[in-house]
Amino acid sequence: MIQPRLLAGPPAAAGAETLSDHVARLGSLPGVERDLVRTITASGLLGRGGAAFPVGRKLHAVAARSLGDARLLVNGAEGEPLSAKDRALMASRPHLILDGALLAANAIGAREIVLYVGSAHREGQLALARAVSERRRLPLRVRLVSAPHAYVAGEESAAVHFINQGDARPTVTPPRPFERGIDDMPTLVQNVESLAYLALIARFGEDWYRQAGRGQTPGTALVTVSGAPNGGVREVEMGTRIGEIAQMSGLGPHDSDAVLLGGYFGRWTTRDLGWALPLDPVLLQSAGAPFGTGVLSFLGMGQCGVAATAAILDYMAAQSAAQCGPCVFGLRSIADTTRAVASEVATSSDLGRLERWAGQIDGRGACRHPDGAVGLLLSAMTAFAADFETHSRRSGCLANVARPSLEVAA
Amino acid sequence: MTPALEAAAKLVVDPIVCDGHGMCAEVLPELIELDDWGYPILVAPLVPAYLEPLAKRAAAACPVLALRLIPR
Repeated sequence: MIQPRLLAGPPAAAGAETLSDHVARLGSLPGVERDLVRTITASGLLGRGGAAFPVGRKLHAVAARSLGDARLLVNGAEGEPLSAKDRALMASRPHLILDGALLAANAIGAREIVLYVGSAHREGQLALARAVSERRRLPLRVRLVSAPHAYVAGEESAAVHFINQGDARPTVTPPRPFERGIDDMPTLVQNVESLAYLALIARFGEDWYRQAGRGQTPGTALVTVSGAPNGGVREVEMGTRIGEIAQMSGLGPHDSDAVLLGGYFGRWTTRDLGWALPLDPVLLQSAGAPFGTGVLSFLGMGQCGVAATAAILDYMAAQSAAQCGPCVFGLRSIADTTRAVASEVATSSDLGRLERWAGQIDGRGACRHPDGAVGLLLSAMTAFAADFETHSRRSGCLANVARPSLEVAA
Repeated sequence: MTPALEAAAKLVVDPIVCDGHGMCAEVLPELIELDDWGYPILVAPLVPAYLEPLAKRAAAACPVLALRLIPR
């Protein structure tokens, strides 16, 4: 197994690493490197906020437009309910994130850094605020903004919209933030894990970065595992198979039959198909599964996949920005009907209705929120086809337990 | 392709503006269906020339101007 990189050093339970401990472990901030954008591009680092977009390309896009007045938005909103890796990193490695932010800000010619941290992530906010105050001299303005506790608040156009106008709803793009973002200036929006990694690559180089990774994507990644005895946040090598992660999280070979990959916007996959999949953004995408923010939520043997899906759809319906009819009414109908199936008060015609609605809603919102919910539902109807069938015939729940727990292990 | 079947324009719905009045589907059932909640589904966004007059009427019939006809 590969050595941890992002989580190297004292255990996360020890709390935030102080500046002196951080410097003693990793040395001070590496000097201004002329070629940071090139180094990051060559490393192949992919963004860790969910879209897996190459970090180097984003850096370049902003640097090319900046006249020394760009902005950097450090994204620690982490609105995905099943993800805990960003808050864990902010709470334990604030100086690594700050190093990455300062290096990126320098590379793009930024005048200001905004630390955009979820209002629910108190420890992360405190750790970053303390870390900023520990730095004696900062070459530019750094401010902390508390992100609203909502699913979409971390989407990059929503984040910029909130900082500019106090409204954390996505906006119509273009322009994208790299063209016009905070204060209408070219803005780099980068996830906290991506920036922490940038700080390590700036120190150790792209070859070091590429030494890890078994598939298409180099490096290691933070993942959040739930539904397992040893769940929580861990660092794994890119390309590690889902089944291996199940095993290292304490799940026996028959302890789980399915896993939700990528979070609430993700896809269910069964053990037969899923355990052999490598956790690698590029390879997963070609298998029709999302890497997202590295969420793996295992469904225990006593848990019902239909009920778990109904609970997520309920949340997704409630999180609609309530701007578009197909999303407002469609997601509510889908959530209620899935709940009815789970509670065995639906009929087989309801299954047909769910499929028809799924086909109709997809692509008909201003943003991709409804598409995400529909994709999740369809993956559940495939992965749990037998369960949907027996529930709608009212012949009992295969899993025998009505309400699973989908809480994140802290 | 005969000229009458060639796409003369494209229909676009603004999903944020649309309130599901359903007038468009009454005027242009050939290209617009309503979903179970009364919101329009474009069966085919491209409008053949022979349906263009109806498509114009459908766009004009929308009380909130959420349906637009974009010439090609």
